[in-house]
Amino acid sequence: MTSTNFDPRILKAPHPVPGAPDNWKRFFSFNTDAKVIGIQYIATSLLFLLVGGLLAMVMRGELITPPADLVDPSVYNGLYTMHGTVMLFLFLFPVLNGLNNLLIPTMIGAPDMAFPRLNAAAFWLVPVFALLLMGSFFIPGGPAQSGWWSYPPISIQNPLNHFVNGEQLWLLAVALSGVSSIFGAINFVTTIIRMRAPGMGFFKMPLYCWTAWGAQTIQLIGLPALTGGAIMLLFDLSFGTSFFRPEGGGDPVLYQHFFWFYSHPAVYVMVLPVFGIFSEVFTCYARKPLFGYKFVALASFGIVFLSLIVWVHHMFYTGTPNWMRILFMFTTMTIAVPTGVKVFAWVATLWGGKLRLTTPMLFCLGGLLNFIFAGITGVMLGTVPIDIHVGNTYFVVAHFHYVIFNAIVLGVFAAVYHWFPKFTGHMYYEGLGKVHFALTFIGCTLNWLPLHWAGLLGMPRRVASYDPEFAIWNVLASIGAFLLGVASIPFILNMVSSWARGPKASPNPWGAIGLEWLLPSPPPAENFEDDVPTVLNNPYGYGLNEPFVADEEFYIRRAQEA
Amino acid sequence: MTTSTDRKGPNIKAILIISIGVALNTALAAQMAQWSYSWFPPQASSAAPYVDDLFALETAIGSFLWFGLTAVIAWTLLFNRAPKYDESYGEPIEGNNRLEITWTIIPTVIVFAIAIYSMQVNDKLDALGPKHKYAIGTDPVAVAEVDPRATVGPIDVISRQWSWEFIYPDGTRSSELHLPVDQRVNFRLISEDVNHSFYVPAFRLKQDIIPGSVISYSLTPTKQGRFRLRDAMFSGAYFSQNQTDVIVESEDSYNQWLAATAKQPLQPGLSPGNELYAKRLANGNKGWATVPPAPPPMVNDPGDASIPHDA
Repeated sequence: MTSTNFDPRILKAPHPVPGAPDNWKRFFSFNTDAKVIGIQYIATSLLFLLVGGLLAMVMRGELITPPADLVDPSVYNGLYTMHGTVMLFLFLFPVLNGLNNLLIPTMIGAPDMAFPRLNAAAFWLVPVFALLLMGSFFIPGGPAQSGWWSYPPISIQNPLNHFVNGEQLWLLAVALSGVSSIFGAINFVTTIIRMRAPGMGFFKMPLYCWTAWGAQTIQLIGLPALTGGAIMLLFDLSFGTSFFRPEGGGDPVLYQHFFWFYSHPAVYVMVLPVFGIFSEVFTCYARKPLFGYKFVALASFGIVFLSLIVWVHHMFYTGTPNWMRILFMFTTMTIAVPTGVKVFAWVATLWGGKLRLTTPMLFCLGGLLNFIFAGITGVMLGTVPIDIHVGNTYFVVAHFHYVIFNAIVLGVFAAVYHWFPKFTGHMYYEGLGKVHFALTFIGCTLNWLPLHWAGLLGMPRRVASYDPEFAIWNVLASIGAFLLGVASIPFILNMVSSWARGPKASPNPWGAIGLEWLLPSPPPAENFEDDVPTVLNNPYGYGLNEPFVADEEFYIRRAQEA
Repeated sequence: MTTSTDRKGPNIKAILIISIGVALNTALAAQMAQWSYSWFPPQASSAAPYVDDLFALETAIGSFLWFGLTAVIAWTLLFNRAPKYDESYGEPIEGNNRLEITWTIIPTVIVFAIAIYSMQVNDKLDALGPKHKYAIGTDPVAVAEVDPRATVGPIDVISRQWSWEFIYPDGTRSSELHLPVDQRVNFRLISEDVNHSFYVPAFRLKQDIIPGSVISYSLTPTKQGRFRLRDAMFSGAYFSQNQTDVIVESEDSYNQWLAATAKQPLQPGLSPGNELYAKRLANGNKGWATVPPAPPPMVNDPGDASIPHDA
């Protein structure tokens, strides 16, 4: 037992008492408790997962037949633009920030985040730009229709010539989202560097914290480029400047550089924390230490570095000169190496384990298989000649949905189930969880596997209609998409009913190793307060018979008695 | 627990299982590579066979990896499951430096080998020429560079929201692109409004068209037929309709077509956006905002959208 001297402003921030009769009200207030903010983020983002999913189902309804017969093509374009925007800026980034809020302080033994008020401000920007985006559906002309890339000149065409238009609201929302994410990133990085438990050197830190640290570092480096690009585009759209407008001598391709300098690494912002989740979940349910902990940890920063120097692979056919294509092909191919190190480490972790196929384990196994597949199609896309043929076709759509949904979202679901007992204090229903997994895995495979072939045959992405030869792949995909819609039902049922009346959770229902599992479920407002355990050994010491912290028995007993 | 009787000697059973597994996986990967050729449209340009060969190689390597790793994971699911209520641990192996180095170096070698091979294939495509900026309102052709190795062209490819127009060196204009087979043809890619992309899947070639720049682009069709040319860079409301056909024919029939077409009067060409926009206006202009389509291009040969394409 050691005393730590955290800044008293962190410990003495006002918190409503958890368990008080009006306890629920804290979720609707400017609360500075990271655990409240985490749940605010996750609940908000899951709501928007439903919104984005509904938009997708209308799109798949349109695409189940070749002609554009369900909605007007302009409406389809608005739907796919908003689907991508909602899924990235209102679902994935917020849900991962929610997990960061719940997991980072508890995993490193900090009472809260380093800047609790900044943290709350970062969250409350989400509803603000969510309102802007949702509001844009109801203004004359409808929402933005130029895709989530928002490439000029199409994005600055402003057909109705109104000052306030969907594209303008979209750009404001993206800029605000950038500000929110920068607030978050400053907080997460500072917390991880400065507030770890005594004894927790960087190489005793849980992998989730490593990957979140890497991901948030990308945010700090990359987001200024996107936010700056979005503001320049806003000026071109609303104030007649010519940064990217060819009529005024601007260069539309310059925007593509600003956009992809951030937006390619953004994929790693999303996938890195999921790599962390894989590492936590595979070790816990295979009952084995992580194979090659240090390599897996360091590979995270290998990925961070490489992710920042690959963006031009999105522009192989925009007139990029050959030497530049070749250069960026090589950097892109290299990123397979640190990623491969992680994949092989997880497989080696599973090897010879004592596997328990709980819901989070199933989601991670499914996510891993899909991620390996996505990595292979990613290498294909990284080679210039293949990309020239399949770039901007459904092959790309299939590839990135394999990354973003079939790997990342499956990992997020795994995390939600794995830490659900810890932060709600209730167990979820295993049966419903498994139904959710089965429907999701079948649905996502049916949705995106066939579309690879549509792309190889030459079906462009973003189309509201297509030639009849692509129909078969699209029918299969639409059935898969509707199945994913059905899969949300057991998930919602499980979450709501388990939180309301699920069996009480013990502090460590999975027999997992980690500081968060030494806390009561749910943890008290300030976690360990100023009695933070001293970390002695590597995380994931499953079967090694080494205590993770000094006086482990004391903390276990204290958590059970709380 | 049963342990092997001879711990120091080679584990014959394990070596046998691994060898059989690798052999099966290699056969499967080779089969996948064979199949991969059928996943593409026909090869209609000199670039296409190289692209398909590269893809087949990547399919083989990718299949070997994916099936191999999946088999290992499936093995653990079959044979490493904890019985119910078994609270014990797996064997606490923390890592193996030799393995880590192996699976860092081998993938590095593989991806660099693929990249070097791709570099060679990229040379074979030999399509992208110089891109030059011009001030909007001036003549893009003035700054464009002509490919000296091309025997046909330069043909101007003009893309608009939402139509295609092709202008041949003699000034003839058409809505469908006519090309003679087995000759290197040079294009000047020009956009009059937003980004578009010149994409012919049967050629395996795609090039974005950037407003304010003119791009010199060359290719050699190798197969006669009617192939789809699709706009592949999102260009607004009727983007998905912004398609036309490339008609690759013998040199004789190309020349005959060119001579006959030059005598035709100019008339409105294919412009699917205009038809759909007119329909939208007739239905009360419902839907979200869109710019109106550019007027149909005035061409000598308006083409025929009802003829089915080969690929």
